[in-house]
Amino acid sequence: MNALQPVEHHTHYAIHLLEPDDFDAWRERARALVQCDVPPDRVTWIEPGGSGDLFADGERQLPVRSDGAAPVRASKRFVRLAKNAILHSDPDRFALLYRLLWRLQGNPQVMEDKADPDVRRIEELDKNVRRDSHKMHAFVRFRLVETEEDGPEHYVAWFEPEHHILRANAGFFVRRFANMRWSILTPQESLHWDGEALVEGPPAQRSDAPSGDPTEDLWRKYYASIFNPARLKVGAMMREMPRKYWKNMPEASLIPELVAGAQGRESQMVAAGSLEFDARPETLGAIETALHACRKCPIGELENSSVMGEGPRGAQKFSGLMIVGEQPGDQEDLAGRPFVGPAGQLLDLHLERVGIDRSSAYVTNAVKHFKYVQRGKRRIHQSPAAKEIDTCRWWLEAERSIVQPKLILTMGASAARAMLGKTVSITKARGAPIMLSDGSELWVTAHPSYLLRLDGAAREEQARMFDADLAAVKARLAELAN
Amino acid sequence: MSQKSIIDRLAILADAAKYDASCASSGTAKKNSLGGKGIGSTEGMGICHAYAPDGRCISLLKLLLTNHCIFDCHYCINRKSSNVERARFTPQEIVDLTLSFYRRNYIEGLFLSSGIIKSSNHTMEQLVETARILREEHDFRGYIHLKTIPEADPELVHQAGLYADRVSINVELPTDSGLVKLAPDKNAQQIEGAMGGMKMAIRQAKDEKKRFRHAPRFAPAGQSTQMIVGADAATDADIVGKASRLYDNFRLRRVYYSAFSPIPDASAVLPLKRPPLIREHRLYQSDWLMRFYGYQPSEVMQATEADGNLPLDIDPKLAWALKFRERFPVDVNRASREDLLRVPGLGVKAVNQIVASRRHRTLRLDDVARLTVSITKVRPFICALDWRPVMLTDRADLRALLAPKREQLELFSA
Ligand code: SF4
Repeated sequence: MNALQPVEHHTHYAIHLLEPDDFDAWRERARALVQCDVPPDRVTWIEPGGSGDLFADGERQLPVRSDGAAPVRASKRFVRLAKNAILHSDPDRFALLYRLLWRLQGNPQVMEDKADPDVRRIEELDKNVRRDSHKMHAFVRFRLVETEEDGPEHYVAWFEPEHHILRANAGFFVRRFANMRWSILTPQESLHWDGEALVEGPPAQRSDAPSGDPTEDLWRKYYASIFNPARLKVGAMMREMPRKYWKNMPEASLIPELVAGAQGRESQMVAAGSLEFDARPETLGAIETALHACRKCPIGELENSSVMGEGPRGAQKFSGLMIVGEQPGDQEDLAGRPFVGPAGQLLDLHLERVGIDRSSAYVTNAVKHFKYVQRGKRRIHQSPAAKEIDTCRWWLEAERSIVQPKLILTMGASAARAMLGKTVSITKARGAPIMLSDGSELWVTAHPSYLLRLDGAAREEQARMFDADLAAVKARLAELAN
Repeated sequence: MSQKSIIDRLAILADAAKYDASCASSGTAKKNSLGGKGIGSTEGMGICHAYAPDGRCISLLKLLLTNHCIFDCHYCINRKSSNVERARFTPQEIVDLTLSFYRRNYIEGLFLSSGIIKSSNHTMEQLVETARILREEHDFRGYIHLKTIPEADPELVHQAGLYADRVSINVELPTDSGLVKLAPDKNAQQIEGAMGGMKMAIRQAKDEKKRFRHAPRFAPAGQSTQMIVGADAATDADIVGKASRLYDNFRLRRVYYSAFSPIPDASAVLPLKRPPLIREHRLYQSDWLMRFYGYQPSEVMQATEADGNLPLDIDPKLAWALKFRERFPVDVNRASREDLLRVPGLGVKAVNQIVASRRHRTLRLDDVARLTVSITKVRPFICALDWRPVMLTDRADLRALLAPKREQLELFSA
C-alpha cells in the first residue's frame, strides 16, 4: 500500500478507548492505523472496563504515520452506520468497523454489497442500536420526586439500556421536555437537564431513583382498560416490548393478570353480547316454545305469558301481508293471541271496511310479552323501551324469516322501530313504502290504540288516514301479487 | 348521586374507546418545545410507549370525552339503548390527564373521541375546547388526534383541524346499506361530505403554507377513517373497493379496520360471533399491498375467493401469486423491481437489497436466502444463477405446501 513501511510487520497494537461510545476518538485512531498500513488482524480494540485478548498487552503507542500517506477514504454510508454501530455493546464492534474501513480503501464499493457478511453485520449492529434507542424514547418512565417548596418539579427516570445509547439520545429528551427539570439514571452513567443545560453524571443505582409516583395508578388503570380482551395477541406484544424492559415499566406488572383474565373477560363479553341467543328457531312452533322461556329483557320477568303471531297455514291462503303491532295487552296476554282486545277489534273493523281479509295476513307484535304496572287489581299498559324492542326484535326477525312476507305493515312507532332499528316519525313516513334489504316493502301507519284515545273530529280524521293507509297497502298487495 | 372519581371514569371512558383501531401518532409536522413554555415534540415517526396484551401499540391517551350518546348505532357499545355504565370528563380534566401522562413520558399525545351529547355541535365544541386548552393555555406541542362529528357545523370541524395533528371521520361501515341498517342515525352522504370538506381544507392550508410562512398549520398529519369489519354482510372485496375509493376521493392517510368485537349488551341485529381477527389482518395486508407494492384494488379483489373474501389461511400476496402462476418464476437477476415486488415472501426491503446487490454480483439462491426471512416461501417463485424451480408453480398442492401450518394459539408463558 504505502511506499514507506514504517511499521514492523508483526507488531500487534492494543488500542485502549476512553469511552465506549466516542466515535470521533475511534476514528482518529483508525485513520492513523490505516495510514500506517496496519492490517485488521494486528489490532485489538479495548473499551473501558473491557478485557483484552491474547494481544491486550501489545503495543499501545500508535505507529508513527509517514508523511506521504494517502488520505483515508470512507463512504458516507459507512460513516453513518459506524456512528450508530459503535454504540452497540458487542465488544467486537471496533474491530468490525476497522475491518470495513480497511476494506474500503481497496474497494470503495464494499458497503453496496448487501450480501457481504461484514456489511450485514454492521447493518445488524446499527439496527439493534436504533431499536434500543427507539425503545428508550418509548419506555423511559419519569417519576416525580418531592422537591423543596418553590423549586421546579423534578422528574427522574431509571433506565437500563442494552447498548451505549444514553448520550446519543439526550437530544430527544431535551427537545421534548425542554421546559422540565429531569434526570435519566442508568447503570453506566446519568444525565441531568435543568431546563437550560445538560450535565453528565456518574453511574447510578436503581435505589437512587424514586420508586413510585401516584400517577402510575391512573396509568395502570388506563393500560388495563384500553386493551380489548377479545383480541389477545401476546406474541405481538412480546415482540415489540421484550421482557427485559418490563422491570422498569409500571404497567408491565399487570400483564400476567390481564392475559390470564382475558379469556374470562372475553367470554363475558360474548355472553353478554349475544344475549345467549342460540341459533334461530326454524319453525313457528319452535319460536312459540322458546318465547315462553325468554327472559332477555325485563318484560319477560313480569307475570305474563308470551303472545306469538298468528296467520294462515299454507301458502295459498297467505296474501304476503304481515301486520306488526306494538305488544300484547291485558286481554291478549290472557288469551295468548294477538289483537283480540279493544285495539284488535278496531283493527278488524277497519280491515273489513277496506276489504282486507285478516285471516289471509300474518298478525304479530314487535314485543312478545305484555309490559305493565300493577295498580291494585288492574294491570296498566306500559310502552316498551327502545332497548326492549331491539332485544325482542330477535324473535320478530325469526318469525319474518319463516313467514317471508312481501309487505310488512307496522302500526305505531314501536313496531316501526322494530323493523328499522330507529325511531321514525309516523306522520312523515306513512303513505309510501320503505324498501327493505331483502326486497320486501315496509309500510307504516298509526296504531289503532291511538285512535281509541281520540274523540270527535280528531278521531274521524285519524280514522280516515288509517283507512287510506290500509287501502294503499291493499292496492300495493294486489300489484305485488301479479 | 355522587360524582365518580377520576380513576373510575378513566376506566369507563378508556374501556369505551378500546374499539377504536387507530392509535398512530406518526406523519405530522416536526415540532419541539425548545423556545416555548410548554412541553412536547413530534419527530415524524410516532412512538409506541407500550403494547397492550392485544398486541396493539399504545402511543396516545385514547379516551372518550363521554360515553353518553343520543345516537343508537347497533354496533356501538355507547348507543342510546345500551345500558352500559356512563361517565363523562370535562375538557379540563382531560387536559390534566394528558399533561401528567405526557410529562412522565407515557404517551405521545391525545386521541379524543366522544359520544354525542346534547347535540353534534355541542359535542364538537367540547372536543375543540379540549384541544384549545392544551395548545393555547399549555403550549402543548405533542400529538393531538380528534375524532370529528360529521353532523357538526363545518366551522367547528374546521377549528378541530387548526388544533389537531390529525382528524378522523369514521365511515363506520363498508356499505351504505349496512350503515342504514346498523347506524340509523348516521348518513353516508353527510360523512363523505365532511371528509370532502376536510380534504379541501387540508389542501388549502398546504397551499397557503407554501406562500405564507406564518399561515396556520391545519391537520398536518392529514385525515384517516375507520371501518368496522364483520358487523354486516360486506365482503372483503366490498371493503377493499370502499377503502380504495376513500383513498382516491379524500386523500386519506390511512383507512383502519376494526374487526367487530362482541360488545357487551349488543343489540340482537348483530352477528353472534366475532369475525376471525385474521380477517382484519388480511385486510391490513391488502391495504399494504396497495400502498407499498403497487397492486391495484382490482388486483386485490382478484385474490379473493368465490365468496368475495380473502383466504384466511394464506396472505393476499400469495393468494394472488397462486392465481397468476404464469407470471412466475421471476428472475432475481433480471426482473424489474415491480415484478420482484410480486414475489410472495419478498418484502420491499429485500427487493431493494436484491436490486442493489445485483449490481455487484450475479445472485445465487444462497445470496437471496441471506436477504429474506424464509427462502422456502420464495423459492418456487424465483430463478437465480444456480436455481430454477422445477415446475413448482404447476404443482396442485403448492398452496398446501406454502400455507403456514395451523399454529397453536400462542400461550402465555409467565
Ligand atoms: S319481551 Fe321479548 S325479549 Fe323481552 S323477555 Fe319477552 S320475548 Fe324476550
